[in-house]
Amino acid sequence: MDQTGHTTLAEWTPGDAAAVEAAAIAFREELDRGLYAVVSTGEGHAEQVRELPEGAELVILRRPIAGG
Amino acid sequence: MSTAPVLPETAAVYWRPRLDAARLRRRELGWTLSTFAHTIPFLAVAALMLYLEPLSFPVAAIAIVHAWGIPALYANRGACVVRPRPRADDGSERTALGLLGDLLGHEARELHARTGLALERGSLGVWLVGEAGALLVRPGGRRVDCWCVQAKPMTSGARPMDADLPSADRTAHLLLALREDEAGFATVANLAFSGGTWRLRHRLPKPMRPALAAARAIS
Repeated sequence: MDQTGHTTLAEWTPGDAAAVEAAAIAFREELDRGLYAVVSTGEGHAEQVRELPEGAELVILRRPIAGG
Repeated sequence: MSTAPVLPETAAVYWRPRLDAARLRRRELGWTLSTFAHTIPFLAVAALMLYLEPLSFPVAAIAIVHAWGIPALYANRGACVVRPRPRADDGSERTALGLLGDLLGHEARELHARTGLALERGSLGVWLVGEAGALLVRPGGRRVDCWCVQAKPMTSGARPMDADLPSADRTAHLLLALREDEAGFATVANLAFSGGTWRLRHRLPKPMRPALAAARAIS
């Protein structure tokens, strides 16, 4: 999620090793920038992930939060 | 040993004990006592003035206004946490709304479209997540806690890397953090106000009031 609304950083399918690797690199770069990766785990629940979950339908990168 | 997920941002506020229901109740009690401490002396002064000299009623009236006004100012501060922020361009807002809509259920999506607040049920109560803060309507619906919290800007050195986020994205960042770890979310956030729902309702922008009513109805 960014200033454009959202940007798709990578798309992959579990069987496509090259696409998975490219997605994992993009994923790692965003984590190194300080973003957190989140996967929805059912209604009202989400889980933070530190490695690209190949089987996930959608991984969202969110910014850290802080008290205002 | 607990395996519950912990919001990583809690490390930045290591001095705060992790919030739980009991700690939250104690903080709410503190707010209640603080409200009494602000109110009772002024009411006592007003009563004393009228008792000693009925003609001093203008001074008594001023004291009563203070007794009413100080808690109202705190409630106003609480309402400020969900007031809308400046919009991004229309295209970004539409894109961001689409993603937020995917995260919300049908009813919450419709409520967000009307009020700008995303309703989320939690273990501490019912949350209404805004762009730079969230309201927590406690079970029973008579008390609300207002939390000031926002997505941090991404920076490289001192330079911001991103322009301002669209409003729905700001809400989505907070919503995801809340879903990861509700107690951690409340630990990181700053409590701007805790008090009667009725007191906050009058301070909220009118379009947002139906969201408060909806949260009260299911809390």
